[in-house]
Amino acid sequence: MKARVKFFAALREMMGTRELNLEVADGQTVSGLYRELCARFPRLGDYNSTLLYSVNAEYVSPDHTLRDGDEVAFIPPVSGGSGAH
Amino acid sequence: MLIEITPEPLAPAPFLQHVRRDDSGALVLFLGVVRNNNLGRRVLYLEYDAYPEMAKRKLWEVGEEALARWPITDVAIAHRTGRLEIGETALLVAVSSPHRHDAFSACHHIVNRIKEVVPIWKKEVWEGGETWIEGEPVTEK
Repeated sequence: MKARVKFFAALREMMGTRELNLEVADGQTVSGLYRELCARFPRLGDYNSTLLYSVNAEYVSPDHTLRDGDEVAFIPPVSGGSGAH
Repeated sequence: MLIEITPEPLAPAPFLQHVRRDDSGALVLFLGVVRNNNLGRRVLYLEYDAYPEMAKRKLWEVGEEALARWPITDVAIAHRTGRLEIGETALLVAVSSPHRHDAFSACHHIVNRIKEVVPIWKKEVWEGGETWIEGEPVTEK
Protein backbone atom coordinates (compact mmCIF):
# COMPACT_ATOMS: atom_id res chain seq x y z
CA MET A 1 0.00 0.00 0.00
CA LYS A 2 1.00 3.64 -0.33
CA ALA A 3 1.41 6.53 2.09
CA ARG A 4 2.22 10.19 1.58
CA VAL A 5 4.63 11.59 4.18
CA LYS A 6 4.80 15.34 4.78
CA PHE A 7 7.72 17.21 6.32
CA PHE A 8 7.65 20.64 7.91
CA ALA A 9 10.05 23.21 9.36
CA ALA A 10 13.43 21.74 10.35
CA LEU A 11 12.47 18.30 9.03
CA ARG A 12 11.54 19.74 5.63
CA GLU A 13 14.92 21.49 5.34
CA MET A 14 16.77 18.39 6.48
CA MET A 15 14.94 16.12 4.02
CA GLY A 16 15.12 18.70 1.23
CA THR A 17 11.49 17.99 0.33
CA ARG A 18 7.97 18.69 1.57
CA GLU A 19 6.60 15.30 0.68
CA LEU A 20 7.54 11.70 -0.09
CA ASN A 21 5.31 9.03 -1.61
CA LEU A 22 6.25 5.69 -0.12
CA GLU A 23 5.37 2.05 -0.45
CA VAL A 24 4.42 0.78 3.03
CA ALA A 25 3.98 -2.79 4.25
CA ASP A 26 0.44 -3.83 5.23
CA GLY A 27 -0.09 -3.43 8.96
CA GLN A 28 2.78 -0.95 9.39
CA THR A 29 2.36 1.53 12.26
CA VAL A 30 3.11 5.24 12.05
CA SER A 31 6.13 4.90 14.39
CA GLY A 32 7.27 1.85 12.42
CA LEU A 33 7.26 3.94 9.27
CA TYR A 34 9.28 6.61 11.10
CA ARG A 35 11.89 4.01 12.13
CA GLU A 36 12.06 2.76 8.53
CA LEU A 37 12.73 6.30 7.33
CA CYS A 38 15.34 6.85 10.05
CA ALA A 39 17.24 3.87 8.69
CA ARG A 40 17.30 5.55 5.27
CA PHE A 41 17.82 9.11 6.56
CA PRO A 42 19.76 8.80 9.86
CA ARG A 43 19.53 12.50 10.76
CA LEU A 44 15.77 12.09 11.04
CA GLY A 45 16.51 10.05 14.17
CA ASP A 46 17.72 13.19 16.01
CA TYR A 47 14.07 14.11 16.53
CA ASN A 48 13.03 10.77 17.93
CA SER A 49 12.13 11.90 21.46
CA THR A 50 10.22 15.06 20.60
CA LEU A 51 8.10 14.17 17.55
CA LEU A 52 4.37 13.65 17.48
CA TYR A 53 2.68 11.68 14.72
CA SER A 54 -0.29 12.70 12.64
CA VAL A 55 -2.34 10.70 10.16
CA ASN A 56 -4.78 12.48 7.84
CA ALA A 57 -4.22 15.75 9.75
CA GLU A 58 -5.06 14.38 13.21
CA TYR A 59 -2.67 13.51 16.05
CA VAL A 60 -2.41 9.74 16.56
CA SER A 61 -0.55 7.46 18.97
CA PRO A 62 2.74 5.84 17.84
CA ASP A 63 1.10 2.42 17.46
CA HIS A 64 -1.55 3.72 15.03
CA THR A 65 -1.83 1.32 12.07
CA LEU A 66 -1.60 2.88 8.62
CA ARG A 67 -4.05 2.34 5.77
CA ASP A 68 -3.60 2.66 2.05
CA GLY A 69 -3.52 6.31 0.94
CA ASP A 70 -2.90 7.78 4.40
CA GLU A 71 -1.26 11.18 4.74
CA VAL A 72 1.37 10.98 7.46
CA ALA A 73 3.32 13.79 9.12
CA PHE A 74 6.03 13.83 11.77
CA ILE A 75 5.32 16.88 13.89
CA PRO A 76 8.24 18.63 15.67
CA PRO A 77 7.37 20.66 18.80
CA VAL A 78 5.20 23.51 17.51
CA SER A 79 6.17 27.18 17.89
CA GLY A 80 3.38 29.33 16.48
CA GLY A 81 2.64 32.86 17.69
CA SER A 82 5.30 35.53 18.05
CA GLY A 83 6.96 35.03 21.46
CA ALA A 84 8.87 31.98 22.62
CA HIS A 85 6.44 31.05 25.40
CA MET B 1 -16.18 31.42 14.28
CA LEU B 2 -13.62 32.58 11.76
CA ILE B 3 -10.33 30.69 11.26
CA GLU B 4 -7.62 31.63 8.81
CA ILE B 5 -4.10 30.54 7.85
CA THR B 6 -2.70 32.96 5.31
CA PRO B 7 0.53 34.25 3.77
CA GLU B 8 -1.12 37.69 3.43
CA PRO B 9 -0.69 40.50 6.02
CA LEU B 10 -3.26 40.35 8.84
CA ALA B 11 -5.52 43.37 9.27
CA PRO B 12 -7.64 43.27 12.46
CA ALA B 13 -10.75 45.05 11.13
CA PRO B 14 -12.54 42.13 9.40
CA PHE B 15 -11.91 39.85 12.37
CA LEU B 16 -13.22 42.41 14.87
CA GLN B 17 -16.24 42.94 12.66
CA HIS B 18 -16.84 39.18 12.54
CA VAL B 19 -16.97 38.66 16.33
CA ARG B 20 -18.68 41.92 17.34
CA ARG B 21 -22.30 41.62 18.55
CA ASP B 22 -24.86 44.12 19.85
CA ASP B 23 -25.31 42.07 23.05
CA SER B 24 -21.57 41.78 23.78
CA GLY B 25 -19.90 44.62 25.63
CA ALA B 26 -16.36 43.27 25.50
CA LEU B 27 -14.16 42.64 22.52
CA VAL B 28 -10.59 41.53 23.24
CA LEU B 29 -7.99 41.57 20.47
CA PHE B 30 -4.59 39.93 20.83
CA LEU B 31 -1.86 40.51 18.26
CA GLY B 32 1.37 38.54 18.39
CA VAL B 33 3.90 40.68 16.53
CA VAL B 34 7.45 39.94 15.43
CA ARG B 35 9.97 41.23 17.98
CA ASN B 36 13.42 42.52 17.01
CA ASN B 37 15.30 40.44 19.59
CA ASN B 38 15.33 37.02 21.24
CA LEU B 39 17.79 35.50 23.74
CA GLY B 40 20.07 38.51 23.32
CA ARG B 41 20.20 38.18 19.54
CA ARG B 42 19.13 40.85 17.10
CA VAL B 43 16.40 39.21 15.02
CA LEU B 44 16.23 40.20 11.35
CA TYR B 45 13.00 38.43 10.43
CA LEU B 46 10.95 35.28 11.09
CA GLU B 47 9.77 32.62 8.71
CA TYR B 48 6.66 30.57 9.52
CA ASP B 49 5.90 27.14 8.17
CA ALA B 50 2.53 25.47 8.71
CA TYR B 51 0.67 22.27 8.00
CA PRO B 52 -2.31 24.29 6.80
CA GLU B 53 -5.05 21.64 6.70
CA MET B 54 -4.21 20.39 10.18
CA ALA B 55 -3.48 23.85 11.59
CA LYS B 56 -6.95 25.03 10.52
CA ARG B 57 -8.57 22.02 12.13
CA LYS B 58 -6.63 22.52 15.37
CA LEU B 59 -7.39 26.26 15.49
CA TRP B 60 -11.04 25.38 15.07
CA GLU B 61 -10.84 22.93 17.99
CA VAL B 62 -9.07 25.50 20.18
CA GLY B 63 -11.85 27.99 19.42
CA GLU B 64 -14.57 25.41 20.12
CA GLU B 65 -12.88 24.53 23.41
CA ALA B 66 -12.98 28.20 24.51
CA LEU B 67 -16.60 28.61 23.42
CA ALA B 68 -17.55 25.58 25.52
CA ARG B 69 -15.63 26.73 28.60
CA TRP B 70 -16.46 30.46 28.86
CA PRO B 71 -19.68 32.40 28.20
CA ILE B 72 -18.18 34.13 25.20
CA THR B 73 -20.03 35.10 22.02
CA ASP B 74 -17.63 34.41 19.17
CA VAL B 75 -13.99 33.79 18.32
CA ALA B 76 -11.77 34.65 15.36
CA ILE B 77 -8.23 33.30 14.98
CA ALA B 78 -5.74 33.97 12.19
CA HIS B 79 -2.12 32.92 11.77
CA ARG B 80 0.24 34.20 9.13
CA THR B 81 2.76 32.05 7.25
CA GLY B 82 5.92 32.80 5.23
CA ARG B 83 8.47 35.54 5.89
CA LEU B 84 7.47 38.20 8.44
CA GLU B 85 9.40 41.38 9.12
CA ILE B 86 9.85 43.03 12.53
CA GLY B 87 6.55 44.53 13.74
CA GLU B 88 4.32 42.44 11.49
CA THR B 89 1.44 40.46 13.00
CA ALA B 90 1.97 36.70 13.15
CA LEU B 91 -1.06 35.74 15.26
CA LEU B 92 -4.43 37.42 15.72
CA VAL B 93 -7.06 36.33 18.24
CA ALA B 94 -10.35 38.21 18.69
CA VAL B 95 -12.91 37.23 21.33
CA SER B 96 -16.25 38.85 22.10
CA SER B 97 -18.35 38.33 25.21
CA PRO B 98 -21.04 40.10 27.23
CA HIS B 99 -18.47 40.98 29.93
CA ARG B 100 -14.72 41.64 29.74
CA HIS B 101 -13.44 39.09 32.25
CA ASP B 102 -14.51 36.09 30.16
CA ALA B 103 -13.16 37.58 26.94
CA PHE B 104 -9.73 38.21 28.53
CA SER B 105 -9.58 34.70 30.06
CA ALA B 106 -10.70 32.95 26.88
CA CYS B 107 -8.31 34.95 24.71
CA HIS B 108 -5.38 34.16 27.02
CA HIS B 109 -6.28 30.47 26.99
CA ILE B 110 -6.61 30.38 23.19
CA VAL B 111 -3.15 31.92 22.68
CA ASN B 112 -1.57 29.40 25.08
CA ARG B 113 -3.27 26.42 23.43
CA ILE B 114 -2.20 27.55 19.96
CA LYS B 115 1.41 27.40 21.09
CA GLU B 116 0.88 23.83 22.30
CA VAL B 117 -1.12 22.01 19.65
CA VAL B 118 -1.31 23.91 16.35
CA PRO B 119 1.21 22.66 13.76
CA ILE B 120 2.92 25.94 12.93
CA TRP B 121 6.65 26.56 13.33
CA LYS B 122 8.85 29.62 13.19
CA LYS B 123 12.41 30.03 12.07
CA GLU B 124 14.35 32.88 13.59
CA VAL B 125 16.88 34.55 11.31
CA TRP B 126 19.42 36.79 12.98
CA GLU B 127 22.75 38.34 11.97
CA GLY B 128 25.00 35.39 11.22
CA GLY B 129 22.62 32.49 11.65
CA GLU B 130 19.18 30.98 11.79
CA THR B 131 17.31 28.32 13.75
CA TRP B 132 13.91 26.67 13.86
CA ILE B 133 12.34 27.44 17.23
CA GLU B 134 10.89 24.43 18.99
CA GLY B 135 8.23 24.77 21.62
CA GLU B 136 7.91 22.43 24.56
CA PRO B 137 7.27 18.85 23.39
CA VAL B 138 3.57 18.19 23.85
CA THR B 139 2.42 15.30 25.94
CA GLU B 140 -1.25 16.17 26.17
CA LYS B 141 -3.21 16.57 22.97
